[in-house]
Amino acid sequence: MDRILFGDNQFFAVNHISDEKSRAQSIKFKEDKAILRTLDYAIEAGIDTFMCTTHDRIANICEAIRNDPEKYKNFKIFPCMPYAHKYANAVTELGVMGALKEYVPGNFFGSLFKGGMAYLSKDYLSIMELMVDAEMKMFKGINTPAIFLQNVITDLLLGLGMIDVLKAFHNYVEKKYNAEAGFITMNLPMLLNALEKVGIENPIICASINKVGFRMSGGKESYIEVLKTKKVRAIAMQVLAAGAIPPKQAIEYVCSLPNIESILFGASSKTNIFETASLIHSFDEKFSAKEVVSN
Amino acid sequence: MIKVGLIGAGKMGISHLSILGAHPDVEVAGVCDTSKLVLDVLKKYSSFKGYDDYEEMITKADLDAVFVAVPTKFHAKMVKKILDHGKHVFAEKPFCLTVEEGQDLVELSKRKKVINQVGYHNKFVGTFQEVKRIIDGGYLGDIFHFTGEAYGPVVVRAKQNNWRADPSEGGGCLMDYASHVIDLINYILAPITGVKGALMKSFYSKNVDDSVFSLLQLSSGVSGVLSVNWSDETYRKMSTSITINGSKGKIICDANELKVYFKTSDCPEGYTKDWNVKYVTDLTQPVDFYLRGEEYSLQVDYFIKAIQGTVPNTINNFESAWHTDKVISLIKNSIKN
Repeated sequence: MDRILFGDNQFFAVNHISDEKSRAQSIKFKEDKAILRTLDYAIEAGIDTFMCTTHDRIANICEAIRNDPEKYKNFKIFPCMPYAHKYANAVTELGVMGALKEYVPGNFFGSLFKGGMAYLSKDYLSIMELMVDAEMKMFKGINTPAIFLQNVITDLLLGLGMIDVLKAFHNYVEKKYNAEAGFITMNLPMLLNALEKVGIENPIICASINKVGFRMSGGKESYIEVLKTKKVRAIAMQVLAAGAIPPKQAIEYVCSLPNIESILFGASSKTNIFETASLIHSFDEKFSAKEVVSN
Repeated sequence: MIKVGLIGAGKMGISHLSILGAHPDVEVAGVCDTSKLVLDVLKKYSSFKGYDDYEEMITKADLDAVFVAVPTKFHAKMVKKILDHGKHVFAEKPFCLTVEEGQDLVELSKRKKVINQVGYHNKFVGTFQEVKRIIDGGYLGDIFHFTGEAYGPVVVRAKQNNWRADPSEGGGCLMDYASHVIDLINYILAPITGVKGALMKSFYSKNVDDSVFSLLQLSSGVSGVLSVNWSDETYRKMSTSITINGSKGKIICDANELKVYFKTSDCPEGYTKDWNVKYVTDLTQPVDFYLRGEEYSLQVDYFIKAIQGTVPNTINNFESAWHTDKVISLIKNSIKN
């Protein structure tokens, strides 16, 4: 994985601290070309991986990427699925079964209702596989070396103890898409423990990792312990803790931690993208120089 | 270990179940649902024992407490049964369909001396807790006016076929969305005791309200506005907010951001004259397991701690949720008359 991954929250009005900022972002990124222009800034800043949710509008972005193979030849996307609000709102409106009927593609539920429970119970995991396929359709022809499960699903399954489903996701994206599975979570130590128990070694896990311990469930210390002692390919997200930490301090802290393979951030303006990327590079240099000295 | 059973593994139920499953002091001893699919999935992939009959679960599974996350119309009957068995109860909101049903349960829970809680999770959101602290400390002075609001994208087209579309099951924007705001006003300011007028409008739904607007009067004499609409697709998810005007300043607060204006330097520690902005990142309490928001874990944790006797059973108990039911009924009556 690249050292820096570019996120997409800013494009879809996901702002963890302010509804007003969310609305401003909605307006700013109303047109797809505003998103594409911002991706151009990221590429210009040397960032070649876009980590994004499977929001409907990403399909248009993918189309633009496919139409300009030369420009995007090194460009990679890490899809994160599902776009949870789509399903959550559908469940509220239509109920669990109604939402499944709406979103599971093909004739699956037609045959389910004909065949009854016996037919279905053989293979719930194939529902999961069909849903993954449905979400992956928009990325056809695009390099997607890692595919992620969103934290709301990862953590729901983690709490329910349904780790076999996480394992099935892991195996399926590897088999079908020749991609590595990644898991986004707000509970890194607990998740890693559970994944190790079902034999998933050195998994890619994307979690909140920041100086103030925001959304680091179980406590910052337990995260640091995991990073120091366990085998995990960690992606740090929410490094600014939704704006609670000044950028320089925030990046310095994350760059100083061991075993963080990548840093994920999103930004709306060219200046912020360039500044954050350059902070990461300069602190990486500083800490790698230190390592050389201490070795 | 506290042994917990859960009835209703729908949207809220499954979220509670996951939080309970991850809780170090909880053993999930039974899950009841009417859906064969849900029970089958749980059987195949989790270690929870499934039941299709809740009465069987509460008699057979050795439970200390039960979570009830079924449509509101079943609350009265099921919660009564659970209380009769002397078990602690966490019920989803809104509490009951009628004031009478709620009153019976409040009285029964007191007689049985069990822990009782309802899922109004906003009281566990850091920003709203801070508003309560500022108001209780008198830092806003005399309260002049308030506006309680909630908007979200639940029903944004004319197609709906579940219990939320059925008024007799507890569906509708007043029951589902506005109840949160009413409960928050009751808690932060003072109990709502009068309704000066109300509108319930349907935009897409055939049988239930999609929005509620009302003028409310508090026991303290203060009046204010309620404005709630679940058919607003410009919101990505539910957004609840409260604005309070007082003689010493003003508060604008939602679940993420708290903005406070103080007229003078007579303000709490950490604040100064003029505008102050605090974020949930500064105010939230850390949790051991996170799913969808700290408040969901914190409310479950509070319930478990109340059973263990380490916190009082004061926040979101049946009685406070019953006050919210009473306001829902006042609004309905105001429209009928």
